[in-house]
Amino acid sequence: MDTLLDVKSVSKWYVNYKALNNVSLQVPKGSIFGLLGPNGAGKTTLIRIINQITAPDEGEILFNGESLKQKHIAQIGYLPEERGLYSKMKVGEQALYLAQLKGMPKAEAMEKLKKWFIKFGIEEWWNKKIEELSKGMAQKIQFVVTVVHEPELLILDEPFSGFDPINTNLIKDEIMKLRDNGTTVIFSTHNMGSVEEICDRIALINKSEKILEGPVADIKEQHKPHIFKLTFKGNMIKFTNALWTGFELVDHKEIGENTFEAKVKIKENSTPNDLLGALIPNVEIHSMNEIMPTMNEIFIQQVTGKNENVELENEEA
Amino acid sequence: MGKIGLIIQREYLTRVKKKSFLLMTILGPLLLAGVVALVAYLGFQDDKEYDILVVDDSGGAFKSMENGENFTFHYIDGLGIEEAKDSFKDSEYSVILHLPDGILAQKRPILYFKEQPSMSVEKSIEARIENLVEREKLKLYDISYADYKRIKTEFSLTMIKFTESGEEETVTREKALVGFFFGLAVYLFIFLYGVQVMRGVIEEKNNRIVEVIISSVKPFQLMMGKIVGIALVGLTQFVLWIVLSFTFITVTQQVLFQDKMESLAQQQVQKSTELSKQTAPKQIQADVDFSDLTNPNHIVNRINWPLMLSLFLFYFIGGYLLYSALFAAIGSAVDNDTDTQQFMLPVTAPLIVAYFIAFTLMENPESDAAFWASLIPFTSPIIMIERVAIGLSPNEYWELGLSMVLLVLGFIFTTWLAGKIYRTGVLMYGKKVNYKELWKWIRYHD
Repeated sequence: MDTLLDVKSVSKWYVNYKALNNVSLQVPKGSIFGLLGPNGAGKTTLIRIINQITAPDEGEILFNGESLKQKHIAQIGYLPEERGLYSKMKVGEQALYLAQLKGMPKAEAMEKLKKWFIKFGIEEWWNKKIEELSKGMAQKIQFVVTVVHEPELLILDEPFSGFDPINTNLIKDEIMKLRDNGTTVIFSTHNMGSVEEICDRIALINKSEKILEGPVADIKEQHKPHIFKLTFKGNMIKFTNALWTGFELVDHKEIGENTFEAKVKIKENSTPNDLLGALIPNVEIHSMNEIMPTMNEIFIQQVTGKNENVELENEEA
Repeated sequence: MGKIGLIIQREYLTRVKKKSFLLMTILGPLLLAGVVALVAYLGFQDDKEYDILVVDDSGGAFKSMENGENFTFHYIDGLGIEEAKDSFKDSEYSVILHLPDGILAQKRPILYFKEQPSMSVEKSIEARIENLVEREKLKLYDISYADYKRIKTEFSLTMIKFTESGEEETVTREKALVGFFFGLAVYLFIFLYGVQVMRGVIEEKNNRIVEVIISSVKPFQLMMGKIVGIALVGLTQFVLWIVLSFTFITVTQQVLFQDKMESLAQQQVQKSTELSKQTAPKQIQADVDFSDLTNPNHIVNRINWPLMLSLFLFYFIGGYLLYSALFAAIGSAVDNDTDTQQFMLPVTAPLIVAYFIAFTLMENPESDAAFWASLIPFTSPIIMIERVAIGLSPNEYWELGLSMVLLVLGFIFTTWLAGKIYRTGVLMYGKKVNYKELWKWIRYHD
């Protein structure tokens, strides 16, 4: 796994307040990396450090193995959460200006911008002023100016806020395409649904510290409650009696005549096969599924420290 | 082009392309030309005819007052002042001149009018009264008029400043006035464009575009780009104003007032000959004679324009950089225009103080206040330019040099300070910022 961005033990203080405490993480090349955390956790500070808007007090950041420098700015595209454009400036002029600030030559910027404008079907906005456009339209322009210089690293802070579902899908598709073409994406959001959908890897930051990092599947695996949902036909008492000490009945309900749904927690040293072995002689098993936690649940659990609800609420997993 | 160049270009072009810029550029000189034209026009406005009713309570010495070019004296025997005043409103007279009893003992004559006579009419009447009073007094002391004319002497002082190097220099009120206008121009430019910098910063912060931009350039580059871009707008406007004003004024003079100018010139000749004939003429002269720029003594020709304009540029740019950095810092610390008030006062106070010192400087160019204010960078752009216009002696050149060096150091300091506040402020939203908070920002390291 090639690492594009290596954050090494980064700390940042504001006068009486520590915004980041010894945070390390690795963003693999060509992945979509979810940077998660509640408000005020330190995500924006970390993003600003990566963008060299501010510098870390301790630690360092490597970009492609090199210490992060001013020249890397041209290889980073940043869409801040608080976004906006010059309202009285024409769309085209503004896009050109921002692309040139990222170090693109004018002619090249013009050519690439035109392509994006055609792709999004917004060519006729070129000579309009931002104030004449709707918020969603302005967001599209903002996305274009973030990616037009073809950065190696794209940092998107809540990229879907302000978009309607159609445009959200459009942007989501573009993000996936960019990733497939080798762009690395850091994706910061509260929207856990989109995290599961598009992130390959995540890091969770809480109270200035990283508390979780890894591939989405691994994290889910690590945080699963080891609960299985079974549907069976037979006698509930027989079912209960069949469970020996390695298992614990968490919940059950009757869903038809002699048909039940039950949730069983498998304790350490037991396996799903052991469970099946114990049940099959007593009841007729119709289905058995492991309940996996959602990212949302893992997030809440990690941030609030509570996990009692996880086991019962994950019907949809 | 570097990134800072791109920023300067954007700041410059978006402002210069605005309709309001074009409007101000054209309207500014038009207004100036209009004011000049109006002043000139009003100056010519004494072709009105005045019928003056003379009420003479002094014993009939004033019967022989000579009529003026546009005023005529009328006499009614036995008319009292109260009677005259009662019927004044409906009478055809426009002015009543009341010469009280005891006028020879310096009792003051009174002029009642329906419409104020011009200064020159007023002065002419005064001259005639003085003339007659003098003649009466001559009779009283039994001196012949011919003797009196031989005795009568008039002086006015020529003011020459003697400098240490032995050079002599004429100090005039006009120079002080010109200096004041230069100072005023610096003051206005600093205010006008400094506030534009502040507005620009607030706009970028409100638009939320600032974070996008400072992910491409350093906050300091953005701030400096904006400051320099707007300075160039100011210089462009200044140059255009000078060119356009000059054109407008020339055109106005030549087209609209050509006839008037000629007739005025004739009038002046007539007047001066007429007055020189009189015994005790009061000098009637326009302070600034707009019509004769060829006269080497004309104030316009006594100003060292290359020096004044280059110093004006230096002090405008220096003062602007010093203050606009502070204005940028204010803009970065607030969320909208209305929050700027609490920070504006300490920044604008020195400017306003400088303005008042500039005013008093016209009367007293060598005061301590003038000395210190011309050295302190917060006031020197306004005060030093005025002192230079009035005239510095060679032993004061070091003050000019020191003032320039201090101004450069001053703006380096304020820019550094503002940069620290700016880079934190632009990313800070929804926080009521106070001075304690600003101090914290200054102490932040990157």
